Amino acid sequence: MKAVAYRLIAVALIGAALTLATDVFFTPANLLNVLRQASLTFLIASGLTLTILTAGLDLSVGANVGLSACLAATVMKSTDSIALGAVAGLGFGVLVGVLNGLMITLLKLPPFIATYGMLWTLNGVTYWFMGGETIHGFSPGFRQLGSGYWLGVPVPIYVMAVFLVAGGIVTRYTTFGHEVYAIGANREAARLSGVPVRARLNLVYMLSGAMAGLAAIVYLARLNSAEADIGEPLTLPAIAAVLIGGTSLFGGSGSLTGTLIGALTLTLVVNGMNLLAVDANWQPLVTGVIVILSVWIDVITRQRAEAKA
Amino acid sequence: MSSPPKGGHYRSTSVVSGFSRTVPGAAYLLAPLVVVFAIFGHGFATLPNLLNIGVQSSILLLLSLPMTLVIMTEGIDLSMGAVLSLCGVVMATLLTKEKGLAAGLLAALGVGTAFGVANGVLVVGLGLPPFVATLGTLGIAQGVALVLTGGQSVVGIGDTLPALYAREPLGVPFAIWSATAAFVVFRFALTRTRFVSYASAIGGNREALVLAGVPANLYHVAVYALGGFMAGAAALLLTGRISSGHPTAAIGMEFDAVAAVIVGGTSFERGKGSLGGTLVGVLTIGVLKNGLNLLDVSSSLQVASIGVLVVVALVIDSVLKR
Repeated sequence: MKAVAYRLIAVALIGAALTLATDVFFTPANLLNVLRQASLTFLIASGLTLTILTAGLDLSVGANVGLSACLAATVMKSTDSIALGAVAGLGFGVLVGVLNGLMITLLKLPPFIATYGMLWTLNGVTYWFMGGETIHGFSPGFRQLGSGYWLGVPVPIYVMAVFLVAGGIVTRYTTFGHEVYAIGANREAARLSGVPVRARLNLVYMLSGAMAGLAAIVYLARLNSAEADIGEPLTLPAIAAVLIGGTSLFGGSGSLTGTLIGALTLTLVVNGMNLLAVDANWQPLVTGVIVILSVWIDVITRQRAEAKA
Repeated sequence: MSSPPKGGHYRSTSVVSGFSRTVPGAAYLLAPLVVVFAIFGHGFATLPNLLNIGVQSSILLLLSLPMTLVIMTEGIDLSMGAVLSLCGVVMATLLTKEKGLAAGLLAALGVGTAFGVANGVLVVGLGLPPFVATLGTLGIAQGVALVLTGGQSVVGIGDTLPALYAREPLGVPFAIWSATAAFVVFRFALTRTRFVSYASAIGGNREALVLAGVPANLYHVAVYALGGFMAGAAALLLTGRISSGHPTAAIGMEFDAVAAVIVGGTSFERGKGSLGGTLVGVLTIGVLKNGLNLLDVSSSLQVASIGVLVVVALVIDSVLKR
């Protein structure tokens, strides 16, 4: 809880600094925009959080969002059915997750290698599939999911809230949630106490794929267009959001609430850079530094805890 | 098949550095690939095309050799592609300012080594997990390259480097000479100085290394530094080949390098692996890309095919182990 408080204070400080530095930051329109952006990052990062809780990782989430969005867009355009498009995107996301899980549990590949290979494989397939085309212009009803408002609040924020609450309940109050933490804390101990580790890992990577597929559909509705490169810039921020949020790369500790705060922090930084007219080319550098600092804090926290124990 | 003797995890210098005792899965893939492409790929089995495969594989070999050592230490370097791109940008920028090829190469080697040392310090000094530490430096290197160039190509590098790259002493292209020299240095010099066996021991049995009085941390940082240095060296071939610098020219090439190392039979556990296996892995990827190219398969699907290749190689390896 203390850790969450520190992170909220950090968010407040960045917010205060931006309020003083720019006229536009503290306006309802911009704040809602920040929240909407953070919601999209949260959706991508939420399944990723589960994999990291098991001491794993899913580097393929961004590329998965990219190809799932392109598939959903293609199906939507060719069948004129939003539902079929959504099923295609979500289904493909799940398929990628299942394949990741099998590479990790069956071929015994380290998760970062399996999902990193998946990242580049998906990128290749996406570029081939799209052949340089852009698909754009979807029905207004579908676009509401990404760009619409309900009671003055952007729709993606509701989607985020639903998954934050559902995910929070699953991770905290269900056996599955406890098993996820147990696998991350000590895999061997979890196995010996009867947790079906491989089956749970398969499920976790499938969920990560499913969340990427879901995020792809919301993202598509927000962008109103799909092209081959939309997934590429999403991976590093999603990982950064999880790490800033305090979920440990070593597994077994962290939370979805933390990931939301992490997504919010990162979005504030990027939004601030945009408002201060900082060249967008600085973004990968800043994200890279943030990733390294967050992991460093994670390592130090862990070392201190071990020293105490 | 007889099972290996007890204590088979112990690895002598010769085993670690040479072709591993078991033939890597890649060898079983390379042979049929060559046969299939020779039959179906028009012009595959011609000398110019085979030299072409060598040229196309040379940059990858320069990255895959140090990547083998990094992976032997149970680490990984995801920043290599981004660092190579940045080194290329730095070299090209100096060449456009007519500072001379030597200055350009030195600067590229310097920038590459600096990133390598930074990776080593993050992993060994601060204890960060290698894949996130190098994912962070990937972002930093890419960001610096983008900021330096504004996202644009660096053109007008003059004739010296392209002319050097185009030279073919004894009918063999410059790139192949460079790659051969790198392999010889890694396979013989680094092996003889025990650098390779120390890298393997860092992953396999660090405790024993430290007890033997070897400064394991120093060697561990040096392994990452060497990865950065080789990315700087590869910038010479990259810049020569594309006659310019581009901030994202080599993004993702670290994946090909990791793939070549895995396909070549190096494992992520206990420092098992071999540089010879990596050479086979690099050639397998080179043959696969070249052959698919001759069969008119798009370059995007060639990228995807490498992912499939890795999985197939691992399946073959796990079947052979049974």
